[in-house]
Amino acid sequence: MKNMTNAQKNKLIDNAFKVFGIACTFFGLIILAILIFNIVEVGLSRIDWDFIKDLPSRRAQKAGIYTALMGTVWILFLTAIIAFPIGVGAGIYLEEYGKKTKWASLLEINIANLAGVPSIIYGLLGLEIFVRIFGLGGSLLAGSLTLSLLILPIIIVSTREALKAVPSSIKDASVALGASKWQTIWNQTLPASIGGVLTGVILAISRAIGETAPLIVVGALAYVPFAPSSPMDEFTVMPIQIFNWVSRPQHEFAVNAAAAIIILLLFTFMMNGVAVYYRNKWQKKIKW
Amino acid sequence: MRTRTQENIIETLLKFATSITILTTIGIIGVLLYETISFFKEVSIIDFITDKEWTPLFAQKHFGILPLVSGTILTTLIAIAVALPIGLTIAIYLNMYAPKGFRKSFKPMLEVLAAVPTVVYGFFALTVVTPFLQTIYPELSGFNSLSAGIVMGIMIIPFVSSLSEDALYAVPKTLKEASFGMGATRFQTSFKVMVPAASSGIIVSIILAISRAIGETMIVAIAVGQQPRLTFDPTVPIETITAYIVQVSMGDVPHGSLEYRTIFAAGITLFIFTFLLNTVSFWIKKKFHEKYD
Repeated sequence: MKNMTNAQKNKLIDNAFKVFGIACTFFGLIILAILIFNIVEVGLSRIDWDFIKDLPSRRAQKAGIYTALMGTVWILFLTAIIAFPIGVGAGIYLEEYGKKTKWASLLEINIANLAGVPSIIYGLLGLEIFVRIFGLGGSLLAGSLTLSLLILPIIIVSTREALKAVPSSIKDASVALGASKWQTIWNQTLPASIGGVLTGVILAISRAIGETAPLIVVGALAYVPFAPSSPMDEFTVMPIQIFNWVSRPQHEFAVNAAAAIIILLLFTFMMNGVAVYYRNKWQKKIKW
Repeated sequence: MRTRTQENIIETLLKFATSITILTTIGIIGVLLYETISFFKEVSIIDFITDKEWTPLFAQKHFGILPLVSGTILTTLIAIAVALPIGLTIAIYLNMYAPKGFRKSFKPMLEVLAAVPTVVYGFFALTVVTPFLQTIYPELSGFNSLSAGIVMGIMIIPFVSSLSEDALYAVPKTLKEASFGMGATRFQTSFKVMVPAASSGIIVSIILAISRAIGETMIVAIAVGQQPRLTFDPTVPIETITAYIVQVSMGDVPHGSLEYRTIFAAGITLFIFTFLLNTVSFWIKKKFHEKYD
């Protein structure tokens, strides 16, 4: 080091940092690879048709994920039905109607804050309001209402982003031809931005099906003997089933947990994949 | 005329959808306050803040929140110690060093880290990271804050790296070029020009990551044990605020009992922490945003 010029030293530091930067970038990805590899190694051989269609059991070898899987599918659909219209509606209102008023900026701050509230706090809200006051109990409906509130900020923000990307010339042209505000939104702005809107909704719902804590607080059970058949039924979901199995000391249950995680990750990655694919397709198709 | 009424109905509906976000905030604060006030009718607030033990589920009851707060702070500190250097380095590397196209494909790949359900990370911390750390340090307990904190840190890397990179990207090219023109290396330009210029955005990303770590639940519920303990030793079992709420919710605690109210008292403590952090980050964003516009 001693007989180097300053320029050489700086060059050395520069290159050392570059190597460190590459190492850091790959660190996260390598850990992700180890995580997935480990789970597949432990759990893959456990997955068979029986594992999917069996009811829960105290014996690890006989236990299946049927009730949890059905619970997750129910939650997915109910949450989508509830959160989609409200989230997109609020996004449209904030972007197209209530702009630049004091009320609008208050709403904006509020939504930013809600996005930062820990998910377990939404669980406490759901427990008191939906489970107790509305009297829904630990039902699918109470769970999906809670999750809907949790993902509203995500849907609202992404809807606004998508609407913002539509050039004003299109809206102006529509209004100039005599279309009303809502006609313009319904016939021009929404069709032009639907790809972005749906991407946001899919990502938000994929987040919802991975959530565990708020549903535990709302009262989803670790052990449900039968698959739910109506929104008022008690339920469990995949992440809670995984949590339950992870919490047991026997190795067989860890194997079950790994197998269930594979299926849960398939859900998550598929939804994320669809969302990204949709976004790319939409961005390519429309060039303003 | 029909269109006019129709327009009004639609606007009212949309307004109603928007007002649900306000109702949510009112609901959260209302519910937490209501149950916490009932809680403090039975437990003194002084005990809550100063007692060094948290044992509401035992016969000998103590209601000191400090052990849960220290557990939350400990896991968060470990997570940030992992996520901050790695995340910031990634942001600088992608912005200043990486070849074109690299940035576009690696940012979404890293964001997959944040999309993995947290219960999966909990499993990973308990069954992979803890046994691995035990080979290095055999005294490490099977439940500990170290492995939970490290895994949490890995999970929040994309929060730091993506948002910081956005901030670096927003710095005008002229600053970078001026620095290069003076003969500075990429390293010098990064740390003497780019990072200071993007500092408000970077700080916001760190605050959001901290807030995320404080509220993280399943990793700690699975991997740190359920033993509230006032300590900053990362090798022993502890409990965080969030893990306590899960622990109570898994059991059969009757509505209206004191134990039931403890989760709201714990919840409001958590809410205050994250609310303060979010407010600070929002304020920084607003205050320094237009600097280069």
